Amino acid sequence: MSADPSIPPAALSGEVRLPEKLADVEPVRSVRTPIRLEYDFIPGSASSGYLNAFADRKILGQRSPVDGAVFVPPRGVDPRHGAATPDYVELPDTGHVGGFCVTRLPIPGRDDLEIPYVSAWIHLDGADIGFLGLVAGIDTSEVRMGMRVRAVWKPDDQLGRTAENILYWEPTGEPDIPVTAAGTNAWHAKQAAESGEQAAGEEG
Amino acid sequence: MTRDIAVVSVAQSQEKALTHTTEVELMVPIINEARGAVGFTQDDIGFTCSGSSDFLAGQAFSFVHTLDAVGAVPPISESHVEMDGAWALYESWVKLQIGGIDTALVYSYGKSSPGSLRDVLSTQLDPYYLGPLWPDAFAMAALQARIMLESGVVNEQRLAEIAVRSLNGAADNPLAVRSSADATVDSVLAEEPIADPLRPSDCAASADGGVAVVLAAGDRARELCERPAWIRGIDHRIDPHQPGVRDLTRAPSARKAAVEAGAGNDRLDAAELAAPFTTQEHILEAELGLGSDTAVNATGGALAGHTMMAAGLMRIADAARQIHDGRADRVLGHAASGLFLQQNLVCVMEGE
Repeated sequence: MSADPSIPPAALSGEVRLPEKLADVEPVRSVRTPIRLEYDFIPGSASSGYLNAFADRKILGQRSPVDGAVFVPPRGVDPRHGAATPDYVELPDTGHVGGFCVTRLPIPGRDDLEIPYVSAWIHLDGADIGFLGLVAGIDTSEVRMGMRVRAVWKPDDQLGRTAENILYWEPTGEPDIPVTAAGTNAWHAKQAAESGEQAAGEEG
Repeated sequence: MTRDIAVVSVAQSQEKALTHTTEVELMVPIINEARGAVGFTQDDIGFTCSGSSDFLAGQAFSFVHTLDAVGAVPPISESHVEMDGAWALYESWVKLQIGGIDTALVYSYGKSSPGSLRDVLSTQLDPYYLGPLWPDAFAMAALQARIMLESGVVNEQRLAEIAVRSLNGAADNPLAVRSSADATVDSVLAEEPIADPLRPSDCAASADGGVAVVLAAGDRARELCERPAWIRGIDHRIDPHQPGVRDLTRAPSARKAAVEAGAGNDRLDAAELAAPFTTQEHILEAELGLGSDTAVNATGGALAGHTMMAAGLMRIADAARQIHDGRADRVLGHAASGLFLQQNLVCVMEGE
């Protein structure tokens, strides 16, 4: 047996010797072993509150007990501190675009999405982090960071306990907020100020 | 030379099924309890390591989500094993041996209720020969039980005694999900087998839960805990993955791990074994050389509540707790992984 690690093991080198009677048998090149397991998804306490509220056209976040930061969607915890977040906050369905991308390729299984489409981090008024949404009702070349948007909901009789209730986000026409205050920039600036550090403006 | 490292704090929670809680929501209070008991925040932890498997709840990267329960901002030194949390404890112990840090947080959790655990466990078989046949976990364990009974290494009376020991011992254990103060050998033998020859009480009661442990080295441990549970030996051994080449009435890797961990060097007051079946608890008692002066699974053990991926770390926590509160001076915690006790980890702990 060679101790040289650059020499592959015999099984990979093509020197495998088969019994005589298998000499002319076509070698196995692949096997299919299908796996199917079924699960009942359990959304948990925080997500259940979030999803249930959607049926009433409400968007719920949760407030950090450490510094009051508001997270949406709520996950039951402030991930910076590992602190439970039992307090819900009802948020408005208005905010701004904190970041976005324009996609020009179709997604398999999403024939309803006309390309090009805009995915964006939507920062709700009163929330400290953004969540994902579609921006429409505007030419893709017009979308910009800091643009004010509002939710376009499904008709009331089609509302379910799902985030799909929001069809997309459309511009409100209000003046943009400055890029330096858009997205997480404002939050990070606030945190830096609170911890006594110089509010770093380089990111803007 | 090895550093002296001790379990200084433990916290755990277990119930039949978590129907309204995510893994993150489960772990927040457990991790905070374990850290809080020694006055720690995450800033006091030198290394964090967890054990879990995404196959249980069918959610990809659930272990990354669960870091939210730790508070990993600013970034922490962290690792994860797709193993029972006992192996995360082992990795943390090694990390502490290397030095540079004095403390570690170890945690693990399992929420198997969203799926069918007996089928999910088939995915741990080799994917070419055994896996495609989808033998469920009870059927495989029953196969082993039949071999054990027919070859005379155990009888049904003895298996029922193990089941009764768990059922009775768990009666006062709030973490147990199955217990019965009234169970007797006759009542267990009267149960209808679910995977012949295994009866319901031969199979561990499946549970959801989590556990967290804080480790500390040397004098740091003495500052944090009145009576630290010093890890005097810890070892992990593996038998072949292919069951066909093994004697299924034995678990040589358990014996080897116990020897290497020094289990037999002195009297053991208590042993906590993570055996998911009475048959395997029987094998472990023999392989680990446990005598009548050792209390085995006194509060029910894994049979009374088996949280996949956490059962082993829970046993180590149960054993350490007996050192902490002075009930025992020398204990053994055991963890297993894989089919038919393929992998075994033994952790021997002592008080001072």
